[in-house]
Amino acid sequence: MSKKILVLAEAREGALRNVSFEAIAAGKKLSNGGEIVSVLIGEGISSLSQELVEYGADKVVTVEHDKLKQYSSDGYAQALLAAIEAESPDGIVFGHTALGKDLSPRIASKLGSGLISDVTSIEESGGKLVFIRPIYSGKAFEKKVVNGGLVFVTIRPNNIDPLPKEEGRSAEVTSLNVDITDLRTIIKDVVRKATDGVDLSEAKVIVAGGRGVKSESGFEPLKELADLLGGAVGASRGACDAEYCDYSLQIGQTGKVVTPDLYIACGISGAIQHMAGMSNSKVIVAINKDPEANIFKVADYGIVGDLFDVVPLLIEEFKKIKVS
Amino acid sequence: MNIFVLMKRTFDTEERISISGGKIADDGAEFIINPYDEYAIEEAIQLRDAHSGEVTVVSVGSEEAEKQLRTALAMGADKAVLINIEDDVEESDQFTTARILGEFLKDKEADLIIAGNVAIDGGSGQVGPRVAEQLDIPYVTTITSIEVEGQKVTIVRDVEGDSETIETSLPLLVTAQQGLNDPRYPSLPGIMKAKKKPLEELELDDLDLEEDDVEPKTKTIDIYLPPKKEAGRVLEGEIDAQVKELVNLLHKEAKVI
Ligand SMILES: Cc1cc2nc3c(=O)[nH]c(=O)nc-3n(C[C@H](O)[C@H](O)[C@H](O)COP(=O)(O)OP(=O)(O)OC[C@H]3O[C@@H](n4cnc5c(N)ncnc54)[C@H](O)[C@@H]3O)c2cc1C
Ligand SMILES: Cc1cc2nc3c(=O)[nH]c(=O)nc-3n(C[C@H](O)[C@H](O)[C@H](O)COP(=O)(O)OP(=O)(O)OC[C@H]3O[C@@H](n4cnc5c(N)ncnc54)[C@H](O)[C@@H]3O)c2cc1C
Repeated sequence: MSKKILVLAEAREGALRNVSFEAIAAGKKLSNGGEIVSVLIGEGISSLSQELVEYGADKVVTVEHDKLKQYSSDGYAQALLAAIEAESPDGIVFGHTALGKDLSPRIASKLGSGLISDVTSIEESGGKLVFIRPIYSGKAFEKKVVNGGLVFVTIRPNNIDPLPKEEGRSAEVTSLNVDITDLRTIIKDVVRKATDGVDLSEAKVIVAGGRGVKSESGFEPLKELADLLGGAVGASRGACDAEYCDYSLQIGQTGKVVTPDLYIACGISGAIQHMAGMSNSKVIVAINKDPEANIFKVADYGIVGDLFDVVPLLIEEFKKIKVS
Repeated sequence: MNIFVLMKRTFDTEERISISGGKIADDGAEFIINPYDEYAIEEAIQLRDAHSGEVTVVSVGSEEAEKQLRTALAMGADKAVLINIEDDVEESDQFTTARILGEFLKDKEADLIIAGNVAIDGGSGQVGPRVAEQLDIPYVTTITSIEVEGQKVTIVRDVEGDSETIETSLPLLVTAQQGLNDPRYPSLPGIMKAKKKPLEELELDDLDLEEDDVEPKTKTIDIYLPPKKEAGRVLEGEIDAQVKELVNLLHKEAKVI
C-alpha cells in the first residue's frame, strides 16, 4: 500500500540544508510509491519550495509567520501539528539536526507515537521497513521496526543520498495559515559561531585537529588542506578546551556528528566521545606521532609522524593531483 | 526550588562491547551514571544551594540502578526514587520510559526538571522533551548555562556550535550539555550521609499504570557490531614517500579525492 509521508525541510540563513533533500529520499523509501509532502516553516521562505520539488517533493506546504522567523519548539510545534492535521500522513521524516532533535520527541509525544532517532540507513525485510541506527557511542548498531501506527524517524545528515535533482520539475505548492500564539521560550540573542563556508555536518571532506595541533596558528595548515580539498575544518574537544579553535568546530558526542567521505584526523588521540561523532565516515586517515593512539583502530590509512611535517607535504601532493 | 533530575544508568561505552544472543552482553560490564546526567545532578545541587529547596533524582530501570542513585545522593541530592519496571515490563522504548516518568512527575509540582541531553548508550535524546510535552511545560535542550531569578529563567543553549540566549519561566524542563559545569566527585562524608538518605522504590502499580499503558511503539529486532573494517593500513618508509603513497591510495584505491 502506498503511503503519504511528510518530511520537514530545514533552512539556514536563507538556504535549504542538504538534509532536507536527504529526508525526501528517505521519505521515498517509506512511501512505497506514495506522496511526499515537504513542509517548510519560517518567514519569507516560500521561494525555496521549487528546490524541494526538484529534489523529489510531490507537494510543498509552507507555513509562514513572523513568529517563525527563528526556531522555537512552541512555534514550530504549532506549525507542524497544523500541517500534520491537514495532511494526515502515514509517516514523518526529520533530519537529526539540532532542530530535529529538539522538536521530534515533542511531536511524537503529542501524537502518542514512537520515534526512531538518528537513523543511518533504511532497509526492507519481509515487507517491513527496518531502520538502522548507531548505539553505544557508535560501537554497535541496532535494527528497529515500528510496532504499527505512524512511522516517525529522524535521519543522520550525510548518510542517505538525496534523489537526483530534476530541474524544472513541478508540483503543487500551498501555504497554510496558522495562528502562532503563546511562545513560552523567547530567543533574546544568538551568537553565530559556526564559521562561514562548508557546513561541517554536510562536508564531504573534513580535516580535523586535536590537542596535537598545539596552538591556534597550528590550525592554519589544516585550514589550507581543507580549502584545497573543498572541505571543512573540524576539531576534537581537546583542541577546543585548549582554545586553539572555537567550540563550533567540535566533532563528537557533544559536538557535531559527521559522516564525510574523507576524514583526516591530525593529532587526535581517538577518545570514544570523539569517535562517536566520526566513526561512520567513509574513509578515515589518521596522522599521529604515537603509534599506539586509539585513532589508528578506526583509521583506514595511518601515518605515524609529526603532523607539522605531514600536513604540508600532503598539501603539496594534493596540489599535484589537482593540477594533473 | 523543587528540582527533579532524570537519571539513567548506562553502560560505560569506554569499555569493550560484545554481543551475545542479539543483545549487548552486560555481564562484567561497567555501569555508570549517564555522563550528561552527571551535569544535570551537579546543576541541580548548585541551584538548590543558591535558592534553597530540594533535589530528587529519579530513575526508571531495575534494582541495579540503586547504585547510581546512591552515588547521586552522595554527590548531594536529597532524595532518590527508583521506578523498578523489571517485573512488569519486558520490552521498552523511549515512549515507555517517558510515559512512566511523566506519570510519576505529574503531581509533584516540580519547578525545574533537569535531564541529560542524550544517553550515551541508547542515544536518542528523546526522553527529556517527551516528558516536558506530557507535563505541558516548556523545555530547552542542550543548555550550557542557567540562571533563575524568581520565576524568570535565563538560559544559554548550544545549537550546533552557535549559542542562543533564551528567556523563559518556571516550571520548566531543561537538558544538560557538556560545558554546563564540572560535576563534583562524591566526598567521603557525602557517601556516609547518602546511606541514610531516602531511596524510595516504586512499581507501575504505584503510578496507576498498567503494562498496556506503557507498551513500546518501536521494537529492536537485532543488535550487532559494525562490520569489522579491514585492519587499517599504517604506512611505512620515509615520511614524504608515505605521503605520496597516501595521496595515491586516496585517489586510486579509496577514490575519495
Ligand atoms: C561527556 C563527555 C563528552 C565528550 N564529548 C566529546 C566530543 O564531542 N568530542 C571530542 O573530541 N571529545 C569529547 N570528549 C573528550 C574526550 O574524552 C577527549 O578528552 C578528547 O577527545 C581528547 O582530545 P584530543 O584527542 O585532541 O587530545 P589528546 O587525547 O590529548 O590527544 C592528542 C594527540 O595528539 C598526538 N600528537 C601530539 N603532538 C603531535 C604532533 N606534533 N603530530 C601528530 N600527533 C601529535 C598525541 O600523540 C595524542 O594522541 C568528551 C568527554 C566527556 C566526558
Ligand atoms: C527492563 C528494560 C527493558 C528494555 N528493553 C529495551 C528494548 O527492548 N529495546 C530498546 O531499545 N530499549 C530497551 N530498554 C532501554 C530503554 O527503553 C531506553 O534506553 C530508554 O527509553 C531511554 O532511551 P535512550 O537511551 O535513547 O535515552 P535518551 O532519550 O537519549 O536519554 C536522554 C535523557 O533522558 C533521561 N532518561 C533516559 N532514560 C531514563 C531512565 N530510564 N530513567 C530516568 N531518566 C532517563 C536522562 O536524563 C537521559 O540523559 C530497556 C530498558 C529497561 C529498563
